[in-house]
Amino acid sequence: MSSAVASKHQPVLWFKELGIHDRPVAGGKGASLGEMTGAGLPIPPGFVVSTVAFNQWLQELDQRHSIRSRITALDKDNLPAIQQCTAEIRALIEHEPLSPQLHATIVGSYAELGAGHPVAVRSSATSEDSAEASFAGLQDTYLWVKSEAELISKIRSCWASLYSPESVSYRLRLNLPEAQLAMGVVVQRMVNSSCSGVMFTRSPTTGDRSVITIEGSWGLGSAVVSGEVTPDRFVINKVTREIRTRVVADKAIEHVPAEQGGVLEQEVSAERRKQCCLSDAQIHALVALGKKVEQHYGSPQDIEWALDQDGNILLLQSRPETVWASKERMAVAKPAARAFDHIFNVMGGVKK
Amino acid sequence: MNMKLNPFPMPTSIGPVAGAENWGDMYPYYTKVQPDDDKRFWFYNSMHFSEPMSAFDMITAEAAYHAMGAYVNRVFAFPTGKGIDYRCINGRIYISANVASDPAEIQERLDIFRRRAGHYYENWNDIYSKWEGRMGQLIQDMNAIKIPELPAYEDEAVVTDSTGIAQNHFLRVAYHRTLELYSQMWHHHFEMLMLGYGAYVVFFQFCKQAFPEITDQTVARMVAGIDVLMFRPDDELKKLAKLAVELDLDKFFTTDGNPQVILPALEKHGATGQRWLAALAESRDPWFNISIGDGFYHYERSWNDDLAVPLSALPHYIEKVRKGDSLERPTETLKLERQRIIDEYRSLLPTDEEKAAFDQMLSVSHLVFPYVEDHKFYCEHWLTTAFFNKMRQFGDLLQRYELVDKQEDIFHLHHTEISQVLSNIMNSWAAGSPPSQPDYWQPIIKERRRMLKVLGEWQAPPAIGPMPGNIEDPALQMLWGITTETLHGWASVAAEGGNENEVRGYAASPGVVEGVARVLRSITDFGEIKEGDILVCPITHPSWGPLFSKIKAAVSDIGGTMSHMAIVAREYGMPAVVGTGDATKRIKSGQRLRVDGDTGVVTILE
Repeated sequence: MSSAVASKHQPVLWFKELGIHDRPVAGGKGASLGEMTGAGLPIPPGFVVSTVAFNQWLQELDQRHSIRSRITALDKDNLPAIQQCTAEIRALIEHEPLSPQLHATIVGSYAELGAGHPVAVRSSATSEDSAEASFAGLQDTYLWVKSEAELISKIRSCWASLYSPESVSYRLRLNLPEAQLAMGVVVQRMVNSSCSGVMFTRSPTTGDRSVITIEGSWGLGSAVVSGEVTPDRFVINKVTREIRTRVVADKAIEHVPAEQGGVLEQEVSAERRKQCCLSDAQIHALVALGKKVEQHYGSPQDIEWALDQDGNILLLQSRPETVWASKERMAVAKPAARAFDHIFNVMGGVKK
Repeated sequence: MNMKLNPFPMPTSIGPVAGAENWGDMYPYYTKVQPDDDKRFWFYNSMHFSEPMSAFDMITAEAAYHAMGAYVNRVFAFPTGKGIDYRCINGRIYISANVASDPAEIQERLDIFRRRAGHYYENWNDIYSKWEGRMGQLIQDMNAIKIPELPAYEDEAVVTDSTGIAQNHFLRVAYHRTLELYSQMWHHHFEMLMLGYGAYVVFFQFCKQAFPEITDQTVARMVAGIDVLMFRPDDELKKLAKLAVELDLDKFFTTDGNPQVILPALEKHGATGQRWLAALAESRDPWFNISIGDGFYHYERSWNDDLAVPLSALPHYIEKVRKGDSLERPTETLKLERQRIIDEYRSLLPTDEEKAAFDQMLSVSHLVFPYVEDHKFYCEHWLTTAFFNKMRQFGDLLQRYELVDKQEDIFHLHHTEISQVLSNIMNSWAAGSPPSQPDYWQPIIKERRRMLKVLGEWQAPPAIGPMPGNIEDPALQMLWGITTETLHGWASVAAEGGNENEVRGYAASPGVVEGVARVLRSITDFGEIKEGDILVCPITHPSWGPLFSKIKAAVSDIGGTMSHMAIVAREYGMPAVVGTGDATKRIKSGQRLRVDGDTGVVTILE
């Protein structure tokens, strides 16, 4: 794992500089992408506009407009007041000019990543608590961002989402301190995927850790993640590599990049609808990557993947699987005094 | 359960096959269906008895179930499982398991089981090595049984040693001894077998709970050993093929494998031919004492009895050796792969406690595996073929007394009927008159031969009687591949007819291939198989080994994940689907098939 937080106080941090412990400075998403980049996994390149950048910017705004004290002064039950106040603050975040230095740093990094190459801009919450992150609406994602101006604007939109009425009410209700509020923003090169989907390194239905479930469909992953298409589904034995289940779905729609930026939904052509979106070799390559990610983190993962137009596999995100991990489970068996005592326990119907 | 919804016929409702109305005369009264049998669930044991039983071969069912029940029920007292009842219907064997369900009785049995089975598990390898010694002795004893000559006058020694017993007495002794040793073999057979299955079942169950989506074949791959006796005869053949090439004897071996032509020609060929023959003699004892079937029928001879079977496999091996192909099974690779699978599954267990339990259960499975696999060579193959050959000597005697037309006719008499015939001979010899009613059996035997042919065409229902909720008997699950799901499969085919282009069975060995079907009923049709065919057959036996180097997938009617076909297919790394129930009936030679060894589905493509 990469080095500790203390050394990192640049406003922009590249994935290759980050590790999983950098959540406080890069947010969870950014830290995870950094960790996977470091592990040699095929992650599209990118950087994180860190919490340092956010703090600098907020400090500037705070000096001019007393943002933090205005929030603290709000009554948690006065929704109209919250709405009005947060709308004003969001407008400030979105429109006040950035400090030239910060602007230059972000734009410079964007150029280094390949100016004009479309990027995804995503908020990356520092909170460990995923419930908090989702409740506070910190899940913004902007795909196919194509220009400097748009990039800066989307980063500001991510920051501004911290001041949505829901997010602020949530903090007020829980008395969360404003001073510790921070967020990273991930800027990552877009993959124009021919096919994409998700992969669980355990069975989502039985929790079995010896299988990997892959779901995939044509086009960008947003169609699968949002549930707008029934994806093809594969269950593969991790150990023996057998493809146990292969269900080819009728994939009616796909998401593709829109010319003007953003994502467009379109109908899948008749001949591709019922065509399997992955070859066996691609399935096996995905499984190998899934196993590698799982081994790296030491726990089952929930992974987003994509195939670019040349068929290269890229991983877009990996999170620990949480549903089965949090389930209480009984040990299947405990060691017995003598190995063959197990037979008596089972044959005699003895409860474990 | 509602009888109207029951998909299987009731035992008493099954009528005789047209043209074989008197089939029942072949078998004793106690093997027949009784009215109360309609209250129990039975299934057709097609795995062991895939053909109608000749009157004498019925002894295989009788002796086997006597011994199996004795060991499960009375010796080890398995807590819930008791013995097996069997019934003969239209010449086929149906079986039903008795179970203990009263908790107090189960507890009582568990205490006995724990003590007695514990003794066996604790001393497994010692007991097994003694067992091998006892089996070796048993086979020697069987071969040593002497059938009295019944001379015109008794040997002088009967008088000078005043033995007090004349030869006709020893005729019955010899016959009883033959049956006794056969029965003894079955007792030895079941002495350790069900304990072995018990170990498997426990490990299977653990794996299914820890990894709900694991397949039986994956568990079997962790359990199976690599060096098992049943590969040995085939390995000997490969050795002989290599030697033939080394000595440049290729031209002597033809696909008809006729020993009357091949062996004398080699003998005449001089030193190299004789050297090869000496190697053959060495391989034959004991490795060619392998049955061409599973050793349950008198006509399943050993390779030693029918040398054409192994000899006809040689040209193919010789060709491979010439081409430089390796005939070796990749045992080292297989061992490493098995270890990798074990290690990876183990590493997926979440706690150290479960890892330790996994190690323990797997270690017991590995402990019992050699016995579970290797007993077959001693019991069903070596001793059983010796037993039937001994009976052929009695057949010669019957023929000499003109009570039957030929030696093999003896197999159309039940063992109790043979007792009567021998009594007739004993009296004839003593009295000095011809045997009583010398023409009594010939027409009956002729009629029985005819009926067996008719009965062979019968489509025996896979199960009869009220369908049970669950099948939990370990032996049924492991050995026959019959589980609750299998039953539901049979039931739905019975109800709806199923998909006519799809044959479903157990996924026994992974992979998917397409190819041409070759339906083989017997290994003696070996010559029909072409390189790259898909084998479709009722069941395979160890002597079918040579075939697996020619085919690219295998499908059977009968068998579970630890069946012969499953084990060999995994060894060869080819897809296999076993226990389909009726693949040989639904698939025709020449049809294109897709065999999916991952899911257990065989699709008829054309």
